[in-house]
Amino acid sequence: MKILLNGEAFATDAKTLDELCARLGFAEAKIATAVNGNFVAALKRSTTKLAPADEIEIVAPRQGG
Amino acid sequence: MLTLYGTDFTSRLLLGTAQYPSPESLKLAVEASGAEIVTVSLRREAARARTGQGFWGLIEELGCRVLPNTAGCRTAKEAIATAHMARELFGTNWIKLEVIANDDTLQPDLFGLVEAAATLSAEGFAVLPYTTEDLSAAERLVAAGCTVLMPWAAPIGSARGLSNREALKTLRAYFPDIPLVIDAGIGTPSHAAEAMEMGYDAVLLNTAVAKAGDPVKMAAAFAKAVEAGRLAFEAGLIEPRDMASPSTPVAGTPFFKIDHAS
Repeated sequence: MKILLNGEAFATDAKTLDELCARLGFAEAKIATAVNGNFVAALKRSTTKLAPADEIEIVAPRQGG
Repeated sequence: MLTLYGTDFTSRLLLGTAQYPSPESLKLAVEASGAEIVTVSLRREAARARTGQGFWGLIEELGCRVLPNTAGCRTAKEAIATAHMARELFGTNWIKLEVIANDDTLQPDLFGLVEAAATLSAEGFAVLPYTTEDLSAAERLVAAGCTVLMPWAAPIGSARGLSNREALKTLRAYFPDIPLVIDAGIGTPSHAAEAMEMGYDAVLLNTAVAKAGDPVKMAAAFAKAVEAGRLAFEAGLIEPRDMASPSTPVAGTPFFKIDHAS
């Protein structure tokens, strides 16, 4: 299945957002997520099913002004 | 004492964490500034680089309260989603709310800002909106639930100082009980001091310190300027006047004769 991960085309067979994060090595990482423009809380990642063409954002802390 | 959303702070200088030449200079600059609040952001995390994980470790070491921003958001919807991600990521309901209107000025989109501020305030966020000096927007933001306002001095990163002094004075006079933080456009310690002399409660800046030749020294300079400006405001400034007024007593001036005075 093809999705858009952080703005770039990405192929995955992960079924849920939680699974996708784990496969990317983010299982223990300090990240936050959104699907199709809407925030998805960490606790809801395991019940958030992925569908083709989903737009996934995975963000982390960064320098800011 | 500065009070923002029920929390007291000794320092009236808020510092951004971006653009420093090194993580070490960021750490030392924050220490030298005396800032108790630092702004942070969130950005896309790449699986290989994991940039944000290291940065978070550095921020935790600083021991400051973090104020996440929604920098780069163009719509209320983007800003709201970003605020939610920030709340979970940083464990704080404080948000420096930015909804940006265009790339050249990075000025706030006041319509999107008010919309996002209302939604987020209703959801329990402590919203610190990056706004302009516009009085009607300020009124709307307060009505939306904001108990702090952060008007710009000038466009972000421009270092131009207080571009619209009269309107900023009006804003200060109009909201005597709302903490007002000058955010963006400060270039020099004298700009910061001027804002504080006008009665602004605090100053938020980033580029002026981070891009200085010596960020740590400049952070110390801003700390002194903010403190000096605040002391001056509390002391009460004299009114400017058009003509001279001798400071040395006139009475008893040697060689004084009446016709000299005519």
